[in-house]
Amino acid sequence: MSQILLQKEEGKEENMNGHEIFVFIEQTDGTIEDVSLEVLGKAREIADKLGGSVTAVLFGENVESLTGEVAKSGADLVLYGESSLLKDYTTEAYAKVFEAQIRKRKPDVLLIGATHNGASLAASLAIKLGSGLMAHVIDLEIESDTGKLLGSVPGFGGSIVSVCKCSKGDIEMATVRPGIFKQREPSTSRIGVIQRIEADLKPEDKKCKVLERSVKRTEELARTERVVVAGLGCRGELSLPKELAEDIGGSLGVSRPLADKGLVPKDKVVGSTGSSLNAKLAIVLGVSGAAHFSSGIRDVKTVIAINTDSNSQIFKLADYCVKGDLFEILPYLTAELESSSK
Amino acid sequence: MKSLVCMKVAPKVDQIKFDEVKKTIVREGVENEINEADKNALEAALSLKETHGGTVTVISMGPPSFEPYLRLAVSMGADDAILLSDRAFAAADTFATSRVLAQAIKKVGLFDLVFCGEASSDGSTEQVPSSIAEWLGVPQITYANNIKIEDSKVVGRRVITGGYEIIESQLPVLVSVELGANTPRFPDFRRKRWADKEFKLTVWNIQDLGLNPNDVGLLGSYTIVKELKSLPAPARKGEFVTGSPQEIAKKLAQVIKASA
Ligand SMILES: Cc1cc2nc3c(=O)[nH]c(=O)nc-3n(C[C@H](O)[C@H](O)[C@H](O)COP(=O)(O)OP(=O)(O)OC[C@H]3O[C@@H](n4cnc5c(N)ncnc54)[C@H](O)[C@@H]3O)c2cc1C
Ligand SMILES: Cc1cc2nc3c(=O)[nH]c(=O)nc-3n(C[C@H](O)[C@H](O)[C@H](O)COP(=O)(O)OP(=O)(O)OC[C@H]3O[C@@H](n4cnc5c(N)ncnc54)[C@H](O)[C@@H]3O)c2cc1C
Repeated sequence: MSQILLQKEEGKEENMNGHEIFVFIEQTDGTIEDVSLEVLGKAREIADKLGGSVTAVLFGENVESLTGEVAKSGADLVLYGESSLLKDYTTEAYAKVFEAQIRKRKPDVLLIGATHNGASLAASLAIKLGSGLMAHVIDLEIESDTGKLLGSVPGFGGSIVSVCKCSKGDIEMATVRPGIFKQREPSTSRIGVIQRIEADLKPEDKKCKVLERSVKRTEELARTERVVVAGLGCRGELSLPKELAEDIGGSLGVSRPLADKGLVPKDKVVGSTGSSLNAKLAIVLGVSGAAHFSSGIRDVKTVIAINTDSNSQIFKLADYCVKGDLFEILPYLTAELESSSK
Repeated sequence: MKSLVCMKVAPKVDQIKFDEVKKTIVREGVENEINEADKNALEAALSLKETHGGTVTVISMGPPSFEPYLRLAVSMGADDAILLSDRAFAAADTFATSRVLAQAIKKVGLFDLVFCGEASSDGSTEQVPSSIAEWLGVPQITYANNIKIEDSKVVGRRVITGGYEIIESQLPVLVSVELGANTPRFPDFRRKRWADKEFKLTVWNIQDLGLNPNDVGLLGSYTIVKELKSLPAPARKGEFVTGSPQEIAKKLAQVIKASA
């Protein structure tokens, strides 16, 4: 027993000197995902607390030019691997080169932004490495007695949180929900080491091929001050909600089914699988207030809801409740706003 | 095409309550349903079968009370259904869950496609699909819709940050189907009678799968829960604004201006 204890302590001491946090930096066509830099900022904070270091890992075809920004945003070491086979993200190829780096450097922690690519990469790596994986955490802390990472994982639509930790394996892993942590201001005085790594891939390692990609980056809903949120109650007719959004100088968000129908892009979804709003004002039209939606308006300062159903759950989540038909009320509301702004 | 569909039975999340004293989830009186995204996964598999022929087998890990939902999947059109049920499987994290599901898939034998939903509605980690692909050593197309077979390859439209990509994979492959990717069909009435009364459900336990008790359920998990907590609902005024549509509009306009 005492021998085991001793070994553990020795291991811990080594950790104190060399606690290394790996952060995956996701880029698409040369643009770094915001969440990667958010995670980097959080990793820096944890490393400073534990006296450890942050290593950012970046893959792509031509990504050397991105490494400077990464170093300035909080990494002590930036590892980048280049290959034409890594031009487009595919889980099989990325997981293979990433696994090799992890086995080589044996970091203590791996953090990945919970985009769709990040979640798939992390779940594949967890099995390859034999590691626990905490899902799209909304908070990360250090457990005081063990020094282990505690992740807050939202479930049941976001109203219930499981605080968990990795219990087996050599590495602790988590994906991190976008929009939770803050990016650090890039600091020109930070000098990170930039190092090219081998990306040992053969064409047959790439089992999937990206034939086409269409990405449009729009203003992020999470950063918008005023949002009109349209739900199924709008019956696919979005011209009035759009007009209202314009009148209040805000943008349009939707409940998920509207995006699933293809009426608006997916990044306009509010809720557990979309954005969490931080707006001052949200006007919620024809939305029932399901659990997976509600977590998205939790942090809004003032919520107005219009719904025909007086028992709707949405009224429990609103400051100003209107029981009525949105198609009857909106024309008057837009007229009122437009006349008073003249 | 031989397709397998991993289907979870989940509680209706809108009925879930949290016991603030015991710090546990209250499941009593909560209805179950086939996980929403898994209906989309099943529909994707069934519609490929209509075009290309083959079979669709549904696999679920869970307690015996899941049985009626597997029969429901059969009445929707699945050819076969397998329930993976053993006390030892309980309280699994995604590591242990995906291991059991992958082991069952291997036992079924050769396949072309494994379908999952993109997420469960309760745990919603979205980790099980990629984990299964890794255990099986097959490529994956996650968060996909518009799944087609072209020249014995799978092509799908995959949702990514800010847009989508069209991605192609060789077979066999694991596909996680986007929630809302299609409109799941209703159970067939005549088939339902057969599914409920005559269809013979396969049930496999830990021995049938040849797994070690230390590799499944709570023991086989790589994460542990320290505590559960609920996020308190924000305090809201809940003030009803009444009157004629004109009067309501005037009052709302004031609220909107005040919130600037
Ligand atoms: C894993 C998972 C993840 C999910 N993630 C999300 C997510 O991120 N975001 C999300 O939104 N959903 C999400 N969902 C779906 C969610 O559970 C609900 O199905 C969805 O939010 C319902 O959308 P809705 O409120 O617009 O539609 P409904 O529930 O159909 O509500 C429509 C409302 O409009 C009202 N109405 C109808 N006509 C009018 C009218 N003329 N005027 C005024 N009111 C009217 C009705 O009374 C009703 O309350 C998720 C589900 C799952 C399983
Ligand atoms: C609040 C909360 C937080 C959690 N956090 C974590 C965490 O951080 N890390 C972790 O490892 N586990 C976590 N879990 C446990 C995890 O939810 C369970 O492992 C669960 O058995 C499977 O994961 P999922 O429901 O998240 O599936 P997801 O990965 O979201 O499900 C995707 C798809 O996988 C398939 N699938 C999933 N489960 C089954 C099944 N039993 N049978 C058949 N097909 C299935 C379905 O096709 C489903 O649509 C958490 C659970 C809760 C309630």
